[in-house]
Formats: sequence, structure tokens, C-alpha cells
Amino acid sequence: MGDRPAFSNLMKEIKTGKFVFTGELEPTKMVDISEIIHSAEAMKEYVVAANVTDGPQGMAYINSLIPSYLVQEKVGLETVYQMTVRDRNRIALFGDILAAACVGIKNVLALTGDHSALGDNPGAKSVYDLDSTQFVYLLGKMIDENTDIYGNEIETGKVEMNVGIAANPNASPREAEILKVGRKVAVGADYIQTQTAFDIDDAKDFIKELSRYNCPILLGLFPLKNYGIASYFDKFIPGVSVPEDLLKNLKHVKKNIKDKKERKVKIDEINLEFFVPFIREIKKSTAAAGIHCMAVHYERLFEPLLKEFR
Amino acid sequence: MIVTTKKDFEEIEDALKSYNNIMLIYCGTCSVTSQCSDEKSVNEMLENLKNAGKNVVYHQEFKEPCDFRQDLQDWRNVPQEALDKVDAFLILSCGAGLQAMLDLFDRKNIAKPIFIGLNTHGIAETERIGRFHVKCAGCGDCLLNYTGGICPVTSCAKGLMNGPCGGQLDGKCEVGKYEKDCGWILIYERLKKIGRLDLFGQLRPAFNWADRGHQKSVVFR
Repeated sequence: MGDRPAFSNLMKEIKTGKFVFTGELEPTKMVDISEIIHSAEAMKEYVVAANVTDGPQGMAYINSLIPSYLVQEKVGLETVYQMTVRDRNRIALFGDILAAACVGIKNVLALTGDHSALGDNPGAKSVYDLDSTQFVYLLGKMIDENTDIYGNEIETGKVEMNVGIAANPNASPREAEILKVGRKVAVGADYIQTQTAFDIDDAKDFIKELSRYNCPILLGLFPLKNYGIASYFDKFIPGVSVPEDLLKNLKHVKKNIKDKKERKVKIDEINLEFFVPFIREIKKSTAAAGIHCMAVHYERLFEPLLKEFR
Repeated sequence: MIVTTKKDFEEIEDALKSYNNIMLIYCGTCSVTSQCSDEKSVNEMLENLKNAGKNVVYHQEFKEPCDFRQDLQDWRNVPQEALDKVDAFLILSCGAGLQAMLDLFDRKNIAKPIFIGLNTHGIAETERIGRFHVKCAGCGDCLLNYTGGICPVTSCAKGLMNGPCGGQLDGKCEVGKYEKDCGWILIYERLKKIGRLDLFGQLRPAFNWADRGHQKSVVFR
């Protein structure tokens, strides 16, 4: 781990050596974010912080800064402000980080962002003035040297944030992914949150390979709320294969259990059967610092999923 | 070479709608290779103009419309009687070709409009006729020495300096449904092949985009 102080609760807990959990909130095309606030309230007890996504899949959604702020203010749950370099040049990135620091945001996850061609405004001009590595560099300048990327000083106050980066355990060729992560860690990342993993052996290998950088890793897991989501993941999320048994079991529930309540119980059981031993194994036999649990709209799973790890 | 493609004739017709007497000028270099100003394409354009009710007063190849010096020479062949009649010019060339012609028009005091018949895509490799790959974005600060000779600006859909991003799968790019190669995996493989993966792991700093393309002239004497 680098020399930067732990500014966020997330970073502080990581530094104590505690196995940590983060959650995820996904604000969409909304002005009223009460749904996000409710989700944050539901996960607050179980996670140290929640990521707030920034236009995933290139979609035109509410900017993640205000939801990140409101979740901290109204719910008291620390947030990880996700920022893509897709929509902002170095001036806007700098300005948004100042704004985030001004309202007490302590974590930023520096992302490239899915290309706008994938989203619902496909003709938009993607920015990519900086890439995510250069953004991590800019964040280092702001946090460690109190300047912008050109060395112009921040006049009042300090940016006190910890910097997260993403890594993809499903990437192939893997060496390119590992070297890329190393480049970002060298530039100033504090922790890594990975994309979703379903294959335990693969996940363990990936963590082992990343461990050489001595940068805390939170492995991404995505509990599957229903068969539709599982099937979508399996078919459309690049590099992700949902294990056959998991898919089969969820499909069986969809087909054969009509009662909604009963169906929920069964789906939770299937998820717990798969993910509890998964987390147990990651905790026991890898250097991972924790789990990034992307149970979006599936907060009821947090209690049974995480109770033995708290 | 500069690769071009033909505009839909409807768009050209719309641009020319207020003008009847047209002079057609066409590039004798890159746009010929792009099969946009070769003999067949020129004949097709003449036919389209005729069918649209236009009177083509004259047509001529300009060897390299983007070269002002060459344009001065080629202009000598344009007959005065055609210039007396013409309402508007149509050129089959890249954007630089048309704009060099504007300088020529200023020199010759021609106050008539000129329209373009092609779309310009960029500085490209010709694999074969009909198959071109844009390889250079003309950034003005070439990174090829650090990337195994493969340009990340043109080969990466996001133009990243430090890729790959999370949008690549088995070396294919998320843009275009994983059909095109991820530029950064090409760079990784190339650097690996030449034993220079050390370059892959290095940070390439923020680029100076301010010097790219806008209001730019290269003047060295």
C-alpha cells in the first residue's frame, strides 16, 4: 500500500486488515432519487461504503456526484463516487473532484467508462481527454500535491480522497490486464475493485497475480436476483459465464414456482448456496481485502449473505 | 493516402439546388485510389448531374487538388468560356483539396461557390483497392515509438494512451459488437513479440490535444 493517508472509512477499514464489503447503487434517468436512498438505507448496516455508478453502459443518467453526496448526507453511508473519463475533459474532472471534496466525498473510483456508442445517446462525442490511468495521475496531483495536472495550486482547502481503480478478472489476455493494473497502482491507486467473478479458481488466480502490486483488492460479486438477470449476464456481459448449475437452478425456480414469496425464498437460497462458500473461500485462501457486492436492487440478500463475515 | 468515400447524391443535389451550370473538378491522386474520382466514378457523377437536370459546363481532373502549386498549373487548362457560364463548382476530393481550391479561387478572383462530393475519413493504409484502414490521426506528437508502432489514437475506439480498457474481450473491442480488434491488445502483442513489454507498463502522460488539428499550419521556413 502507498503512503497516502486513509481518508475514507473504506480505506481505514482496509488498513486495519478487516475483511470489508462495499455495495453498489445505480442511479438512472431520474430526478427523484428516493429509490437510491432506500437502497442505501437497506444496505447501510452491511457495507462500509457503496459505489454510485456513473452512466454505466454508456447511458445518459443522472450525474453520480449528487446521489453520492445525498446518500452520505441523508443515509450516513459513505459512498465511492464513480467517475468515467468518457464524459469529462481534464478541466471537468478537476472541477468535479473539487466539488466532490467540497461536499465531503472521500472515495473516487477512476474509470474509463463504456463507450457512448453502447448507450442510448450513441452519437455523443466521447471525451477521453485523459484515460483512467492519467486520471489516477491527476488525482494524485490533487490529493498529494494540492494542484491540478499542470501544477496550478488549489487555493483553499484540500482534496482528501482515496482512489480506487477497476480490474477485470475475466479479461483475456490476462497479462495485459495485470500490467495495466500495475501501471495504475504505480501512478497512485489506493485500492482495486474488480468486475464480477463467478469462477472461484479464476478469481483466486487473478487475486494472486494482482497481489504482486501490494494494493488491496475487493473482488466483485454479483448476486443474481432472478433468472432473467442471470441469463442476461451470461449472454451479454463480455467474458462472464454464469455457472451452468446456477443458471439451471434459477431457471427451474422461474418455471416451477408461481408463488412470489416462495420464489424469493428459493432464489435467495440458491444465491446463498453459491456465494457464501465463494466468499468464505476468498476470505480464507486469498489476499483479497474484501468483496464488492453488486447486489443492485437485491438488498434483502445482504443480511443472510454477509452475517457470518461481519 | 487520404481515404474518401462518395456522398449520397441526394445530399449533393440538395447543395446544388440553386445552381444550374456546374463545373466538375476531380482529384487525380488519393480519391482515384479510393475509387471516388476514377473514370467510372466521374462518369457516374456526370450522369447523376445530367439526370438531376444540371448542365455540366466543363469537367477536368486536377492532379492533386490539395497542392496549391499544382492547382495553379491545372487551372491554366480551364477554358474562360466555361468560367463565364459556371454557377457553382463541384469537387471530388478530400476536404483539404476543396480548401486549397478556395485559395486558388481567391488568387483568381472567382466568387462562385464550390461544393464537395466526397466524405474524408483520414490518413489510411491501402490494403487493396476497396479496403483501407485509417492509421494516423495527425495528432502532431507521434506516440508510435512507445507503442510498438501501432497508433492508439486510431486503433483504440476511445483513443486511450494507457489501455486496454475493460471493454475488450479476447482482443476484440466493445464498440462494434466485438468484431474489431482492440488496439491495445494489438499493442501488447506487438510489444511482447519484440521483447519490449517494459514500454507497455509505462505511463504515457496526458496528451496535448490543444495542438491537434485546429487552426494548424506547419511552417518551417
